[in-house]
Amino acid sequence: MATVTLTVNGQTVTADVEPRTLLVEFLRYHLGLTGTHVGCDTTQCGCCTVHVDGVALKSCTALAVTLNGASVTTIEGLEKDGKLHPMQEAFHEHHALQCGFCTPGMIMSSLDMVRRKGHDLDEETVRHQLEGNLCRCTGYHNIVKAIQAGAAAMKDER
Amino acid sequence: MYEFDYHQPQSVNDAVELLSAKENAKPLAGGMSLLPSLKLRLARYSDLVGLEKLGIQGIERRGDTLVIGAMTRHHDVANSGTVQAAIPALASLAGGIGDPLVRNRGTIGGSIANADPAADYPSAVLAMNASVQTNKRAIAGDNFFVGLFETALEPGEIITAVHFPIPSSAIYVKLPNAASRFALVGVFIARFADGVRVAVTGAGPHVFRLKDAEAALSKNFSVKSVENLTVDSGELNTDIHASAEYRAHAVTTILQRAVAAMEQA
Repeated sequence: MATVTLTVNGQTVTADVEPRTLLVEFLRYHLGLTGTHVGCDTTQCGCCTVHVDGVALKSCTALAVTLNGASVTTIEGLEKDGKLHPMQEAFHEHHALQCGFCTPGMIMSSLDMVRRKGHDLDEETVRHQLEGNLCRCTGYHNIVKAIQAGAAAMKDER
Repeated sequence: MYEFDYHQPQSVNDAVELLSAKENAKPLAGGMSLLPSLKLRLARYSDLVGLEKLGIQGIERRGDTLVIGAMTRHHDVANSGTVQAAIPALASLAGGIGDPLVRNRGTIGGSIANADPAADYPSAVLAMNASVQTNKRAIAGDNFFVGLFETALEPGEIITAVHFPIPSSAIYVKLPNAASRFALVGVFIARFADGVRVAVTGAGPHVFRLKDAEAALSKNFSVKSVENLTVDSGELNTDIHASAEYRAHAVTTILQRAVAAMEQA
């Protein structure tokens, strides 16, 4: 067993886990944070995307022990005082989901997109930058619109 | 995944010691290839040695050489002003690996050590004859890739940095697999004062040089000089994505596109 300490959504958590525990398993099974989904489990679909020290990664392809000491943000950590994050609001407003399974990963990935590419995102940029996230309902049209609107709304909130 | 013990050494020396002390230990860089293969139980190790605390990341220009630390992430290479100024083709290559989330984690050292036949970075290492620095020696790019997923690295040897000689110009063009973004065929061309070097990834069991094209382009750098060039499909890969014959044809097409793009630049 290995001891892992992470700050998850602002709270420090420590657990003894097997070294082979993936970050997504740590989040879902040890902390009960089931908003982070496991879709393909093979680093392709991006449903498990979370932020580690401000950078998005696929949590099905990272060991919790590797990230010991890091700060993790999951979809559950985005709302503040009962108010949705502007990107969550935009996904709601633009109906950017059908079954919703990919949505947490889409939102966490889109925030990383804003970090890397800024707030003024054209459609082509969004579509290319979403290459790591799959929507098997193929509902990309509204997802792209929501990300553009959410990125702009985040700019206004600053 | 099978069980393993995990170690997080703080120095290259400690990491090397661990790798030699343990019976069946493997270094873990960004994990974008190793972790999926462990999850599929295609590989089994008694110990994993994480390289994240060794301090072997970073990008620096030293005269005519671009030095990239082994644990430098693809995203950082793609977005580095230093790389973009020195070898823009390398920044562009790094920006086309996998997807943005994979680029946030994957490392240049990991990619090269893994030597996936369809990986992008090996083409740059071979085309520029980059010097692969390890904990004990420097290995020339020409001697580094020796087979399918096989390199000149010895057990327990760790890549610390890659030294790229800066070419006068270079380009990387790939025909990506539409789903994985791995190269079905990728061609890296580097022009130096003493000649042109061409490396091909994705097509064969490991990255290789296209010496006919190098000779023709060194003599006269134009699409015309490679338009009749053919590639023997005999030693190329056939898989569900493409036949060897398709890859052989794609190499010539991508090569011509790459040369044309360099002529226009």
